[in-house]
Amino acid sequence: MAEFFLPANSVVKQGKLFKATEGVKNIRRFIVYRYDPSSGENPSTDTYEVDMDTCGPMVLDALLKIKDEMDATLSLRRSCREGICGSCSMNIDGTNTLACTQAISDIRGEVKVYPLPHQPVVRDLVSDLTHFYAQYASVEPWMKTDSATPPDRERLQSREDREKLDGLYECILCACCSTSCPSYWWNADRYLGPAALLNAYRWIVDSRDEATGDRLDDLEDPFKLYRCHTIMNCTQVCPKGLNPAKAIAETKKLMVQRKI
Amino acid sequence: MTVNDLRTPLSRVKGLGSAKDGTTHFWHQRLTALLLVPLVLWVGFSLAALPVSHGTLVGWIQQPLVTVALVLLIFVTFYHAKLGLQVVIEDYVSSHSARTLGLLTSNFLCLLLGTVGVISVLKISFGA
Repeated sequence: MAEFFLPANSVVKQGKLFKATEGVKNIRRFIVYRYDPSSGENPSTDTYEVDMDTCGPMVLDALLKIKDEMDATLSLRRSCREGICGSCSMNIDGTNTLACTQAISDIRGEVKVYPLPHQPVVRDLVSDLTHFYAQYASVEPWMKTDSATPPDRERLQSREDREKLDGLYECILCACCSTSCPSYWWNADRYLGPAALLNAYRWIVDSRDEATGDRLDDLEDPFKLYRCHTIMNCTQVCPKGLNPAKAIAETKKLMVQRKI
Repeated sequence: MTVNDLRTPLSRVKGLGSAKDGTTHFWHQRLTALLLVPLVLWVGFSLAALPVSHGTLVGWIQQPLVTVALVLLIFVTFYHAKLGLQVVIEDYVSSHSARTLGLLTSNFLCLLLGTVGVISVLKISFGA
């Protein structure tokens, strides 16, 4: 059955409080999920009082300040710190987003930081995205052609056809969309999820690709594609402003179109 | 995933492959939803306008077009219910045996209730 309650060993306990040093005036409290599988303990939430006068504007700035100055044991992924690598995706203030593009000033009250929902946790804010990446690989996200490559030039595409890829190619595979989708929470073993389906559609609509029918064949499945119930969380949370729900709806339209 | 499952992540994702099915379900669910809009409005307004008496209702049901529309309404309702229940069961019941049992039960119940409804209308219509 779908899981509506956390298993006993996943119930989040109250953790430690890291107080700000004496004299600090401008404080924001960050409540951060902590989990160390090697400890055998339940996960907990530690509270950090961060001095905002010496902290950058984004949540990632605060997390790195915590790691550098308050608690070196905090684990998180980050790389580009400008919203292009997708590494620092996590659940901040109840919404999946990138820590590096989420302004602290846009959050009211305590800043709650959790890992991406419904994924195995490697440690603290680091989720195991192995299955998510395998789902992306399963849609074979590369150009497939039978025609030989023209010897003297690249494969041409009209300006209009190229524009069809806008809003699709920008996906950075941060997993914010898929891990915000209740359908993905319940059936991730068979449902591909919004990110993989958006990327599948990116190749389905590519005018240079010659495997459109095969790609649609692979998706024609009650679970792989049709677990999408247009809940729209994916579109709401995408930190790049993309619309996976629309890509999935367009894929379904093509499925119907080739049938009737 | 078990500790002994040494398959690659890609192998697990690909699983048994595509069922090459699902579009008919998706399309029929939307078609039946669309059909139900006029049918439910029609039956609602018609019943509201009729005086509440057994004779009037029987007479109304016996009109040929009303019989056809009622049979259509019952068929579409239970077909739509069958498709909808299937989605709910597939969404929330992950064990394969429980899911199969749930689907069989809901399909049978929809078929049974739909048949009872259609036969009842026909019986009244043909004056039994």
